[in-house]
Amino acid sequence: MSEDHNRIDIEHVAHLARLELTDVEKNKFAAQLKDMLAYVAKLGEVDVTGVEPTAHAIPLTNVLRPDESRPSIDPVLILKNAPETARGLIIMPKIVE
Amino acid sequence: MSLHTLTISELRDKLQRGEVSVRQLTQALLDRIQAVDGKLKAYLWLNPDDALRQADAADLTKPLGGIPVAIKDVLNVTGQPCTCASKILQGHISVYDATAIRKLRDAGAILLGRTNMDEFAMGSSTENSSWGVTRNPWDLERIPGGSSGGSAAAVAGHEAIAALGSDTGGSIRQPAALTSCVGLKPTYGLVSRYGLVAFASSLDQIGPFTKTVEDAALLLGVIAGHDPLDSTSVPAPVPDYQEKLNAGVKGLRIGLPKEYFIDGMDREVEAAVRAAIRQLESLGAEVVEILLPHTDYAVAVYYLIATAEASANLARFDGVRYGARVRGADVLETYSKTRGAGFGPEVKRRIILGTYALSAGYYDAYYLRAQKVRTLIRRDFEQAFQKCDVIVTPTSPTPAFKIGEKANDPLQMYLSDIFTISVNLAGNCGLSLPCGFTSQPKLPIGLQLIGKAFDESTLLRVAYAYEQSTPWHKERPAL
Repeated sequence: MSEDHNRIDIEHVAHLARLELTDVEKNKFAAQLKDMLAYVAKLGEVDVTGVEPTAHAIPLTNVLRPDESRPSIDPVLILKNAPETARGLIIMPKIVE
Repeated sequence: MSLHTLTISELRDKLQRGEVSVRQLTQALLDRIQAVDGKLKAYLWLNPDDALRQADAADLTKPLGGIPVAIKDVLNVTGQPCTCASKILQGHISVYDATAIRKLRDAGAILLGRTNMDEFAMGSSTENSSWGVTRNPWDLERIPGGSSGGSAAAVAGHEAIAALGSDTGGSIRQPAALTSCVGLKPTYGLVSRYGLVAFASSLDQIGPFTKTVEDAALLLGVIAGHDPLDSTSVPAPVPDYQEKLNAGVKGLRIGLPKEYFIDGMDREVEAAVRAAIRQLESLGAEVVEILLPHTDYAVAVYYLIATAEASANLARFDGVRYGARVRGADVLETYSKTRGAGFGPEVKRRIILGTYALSAGYYDAYYLRAQKVRTLIRRDFEQAFQKCDVIVTPTSPTPAFKIGEKANDPLQMYLSDIFTISVNLAGNCGLSLPCGFTSQPKLPIGLQLIGKAFDESTLLRVAYAYEQSTPWHKERPAL
């Protein structure tokens, strides 16, 4: 956690997040991100040597269920929420040339 | 007495004795909403005909038979809109019930309508809603807290008998404190998250807003319990939360963390909380000093972990399966444009921070380090609970602030959750209940009780003893 926080490539982060930002938003978020990173830098003070990370507050692992078929939600209802559909399918822009 | 001001337990008696019908009760609430929601704007959606149809079919033999409950716009209810107060989900109609909703239906409750919230539950004031600001029933120029501000305002404003909200860093407890109702965040894993639109999956829990502690115990008993549809739901029996409500606090040890009485806390808030602690002592509880030494790091840990999880969870809103789509030249541009147009500023800000914290080269320094400090925060609580049964703190360092006051300073807004956030990180349960009012203007103050994991019974028992010996829960806002 050191000096390269001063250079935040907001365009790169927005690209990773698949999030279009206006120029005004880019400037604003870059400044605010810098402030927040300066605030969270205090975590650098904590000695975490040998400390395991916590991903979840409860110790459940490998929760399994029988692999059985069961009724699903009606696809007609699901498709009603989709932005563009045809013949029971969702329409997408072309992905492969 | 007007029906809309009564509690679940009072109304159950009246309904079962036949003094009022469910239709009369439901109509009384619809009338109340008609009268005051123009001012409060707690509701985003309501269907009076559907509510009355549910009323006519209500089964009074069930635990919540005929009781109208409001639902935060983040929980799926079949056939009702679910937008998470976001433009990106405008027009979305739920095609299934969340498990908590199915349990409410099975218990006979009437699903009255959808309440306002900060977009995707990200905020502490409900100002981040895409559909407008909800107002605090105690002062219409002030925020009701957030993110479940609509549910809090609906219950405090007597527009619902009870409500459900969700709490990721304080989103039930803080608005409950700021509007003078009871709000409970259950232990992580107690209430199924199936059908709750995910914000930060390792922190989110669904919980009740009610007018009294007794009602909170009743509602929690209905929504709690193992659910195979949520792999983080814990397979354990649900205790009868009402059984021990009356057991008193004699012999219980109340822990006071010295780290929670900080500079910058409102003086009247501190005075009210200290008076509440003396009250618990006079009821027979023993007060012990405890230490939660990593408290000062909780907000930083939270804003890395919650935003990282959110950046992954919100990837699903890409204009493919639901919501508005903005077409670009190719699929990548379609994702970016859809998300750029659909998300509001706070959601974008958190996606950016979370994406950054998870990105190559920064993961170890930010996300992984935050998860390690989270372990230390959990250990603080484990050690503290060896010395005490319940921890008592303020819920929020200040009473409700004015609309717009913190809108341009995200970090200040984040710091208003300073007392509630650690509870989500540790996975424990927490409850806020009324403990007084500031003098001028008259604004509610909340007392937070924090319990051991899955020990909601003790939490509710302490809350009940305090509530029954104080007048605060009987006060009503002038609307």
